Amino acid sequence: MDRTGYDRVLKAIGKKQLFAQGDEAYAYGALLAGCRFFAGYPITPATEAAEVMSQLLPRIGGAYVQMEDEIASMGAIIGASLAGVKSMTVTSGPGFSLMQENIGYAFMTETPCVVVNVQRSGPSTGQPTEPSQGDIMQAKWGSHGDYEVIALSPNSVQESLDLTIECFNLAEKYRNPVLLMTDGEVGHMREGITLPDHGKYEIIERARPSKEPGDYIPFLPESGKVPQLADFGSGYHTYYTGLTHKPSGLPSTDDAEIHTQLITRLCEKISDDTEKLTRVEELYMDDAESVIVSYGITSRAAAYAVKMLRAEGKKVGYLRLITIWPFPDQVLRRIGESARRILVPEMNLGQIYYKVKEAVGYNAEVIKLPKIGGIMHSPQEIAAALKE
Amino acid sequence: MRTEIRVAGFGGQGVVLAGRLLGEAAILDGKRAVQTQSYGPESRGGAARSEVVVSDEDIDYPKVIEADILIALNQTAFNKYRATVKENGKIIVDADLVKAEGDEVQSVPFTKTADDLGKRMVANSVMLGYLVESTGVMAPESMEATIRDKVPKHTIDLNVEAFNRGIKLAKQEGKS
Repeated sequence: MDRTGYDRVLKAIGKKQLFAQGDEAYAYGALLAGCRFFAGYPITPATEAAEVMSQLLPRIGGAYVQMEDEIASMGAIIGASLAGVKSMTVTSGPGFSLMQENIGYAFMTETPCVVVNVQRSGPSTGQPTEPSQGDIMQAKWGSHGDYEVIALSPNSVQESLDLTIECFNLAEKYRNPVLLMTDGEVGHMREGITLPDHGKYEIIERARPSKEPGDYIPFLPESGKVPQLADFGSGYHTYYTGLTHKPSGLPSTDDAEIHTQLITRLCEKISDDTEKLTRVEELYMDDAESVIVSYGITSRAAAYAVKMLRAEGKKVGYLRLITIWPFPDQVLRRIGESARRILVPEMNLGQIYYKVKEAVGYNAEVIKLPKIGGIMHSPQEIAAALKE
Repeated sequence: MRTEIRVAGFGGQGVVLAGRLLGEAAILDGKRAVQTQSYGPESRGGAARSEVVVSDEDIDYPKVIEADILIALNQTAFNKYRATVKENGKIIVDADLVKAEGDEVQSVPFTKTADDLGKRMVANSVMLGYLVESTGVMAPESMEATIRDKVPKHTIDLNVEAFNRGIKLAKQEGKS
């Protein structure tokens, strides 16, 4: 069965070749991945995604709900997903802050869902129309307790579409919230994109129970660390709680062993697969003495800077993190062993810089190149930082 | 070749839409294009800027580094950005809205031409006609097709007429 309804989605979008914004591409990617429920609250610079979903979802048998706030939005997509429908919300910093408690709940209840954060300049309401990469650490640590998320970061409109599909696949595969950490520049940028052909992109569906309702144990994986997920209303009865729970789903809050086993499994289902989840782009790395490590929109300036410096004969390489979380420590460790200097430009005062430094240790010099205020680094600024 | 175009003015003047149409037309022309935009939280009246980078190759940096073409739709935008234009770059201003002098400046009556057509709102279509004809950055046919595709249906004829007036303004200038 074609759960993505490809033909209907394509008809609703209208054309395969588009000059589209990043915000539109998140919506198109979601629909192509089979997303049929969106709950959200408008916020600059993410609103266009909600706008597209509100126009297209009703035409293809899906539902769009504009909620009273982002707390409720996150709650709504968790509920819809547990009922068996792929679900997404799109927001920016202030909304992302409100969503944190329920992101923890989605982790604890192992609910597949996709949250797109079109980052804007914070903290608080900050600079609403200006881009930033200031929520990168919040993506990992924003909710309380020990937990793991998967977070990807696109640097173009085409990749915004492709990675949104990937986010849905990973959410379904791992039964976990997956974050697309993008920014206002990519969100509002327009580029030519091509929608993938039917059958030319992978679609993963959550594993549903193979056992009869009476024999199904909701939080006991049959193999590996990810349990099967029964849709609400399909005859299976599952007790969902944010409390520490036994494999049956029923709370057990004073048993150290049950808590340790549960949280360890939930974290390890992601962290065990760090290498499988790692996606990076490398250019000119073979003989690189200096390496620029970047992610998201900043990488577009980094790529230009690297080509400028190569034209001058400088041995500079380019590493772009597409997977932000789980952090690809091993890739950075390897680069630390071969390169002399690593430059980390970010649109914040230094966040991934510390992760890079931790992975590299004292093998190479790690240099921070922060920039805030809503303006991208220019290639010249990045190149100049390496010439110092 | 990388061509960088910056359109700047007030929010509400169609700055972002003009950039978007330029990008669309470039794509239709078989080129690569990236369009970015920047504006304040106000829906009208604040400073607005739209940037388009057009190239035959993949575009890494999506923003203007040194503009090949600056389109200034108000005085503030002209004053702020005139110094950021490349040597031998072009500055195109609306003669009715901007006082500007200099060899690189082309001062053209977009608003007046639109007024003559009975609708000031189509001033940007006049500008786009003038721009494509005077710079050759993309084929006028691609720009016209984009305008036909993107403007509200009941305004297509008027916008295309305005676009052709813009082309005519550029051609007359070429002859003089």
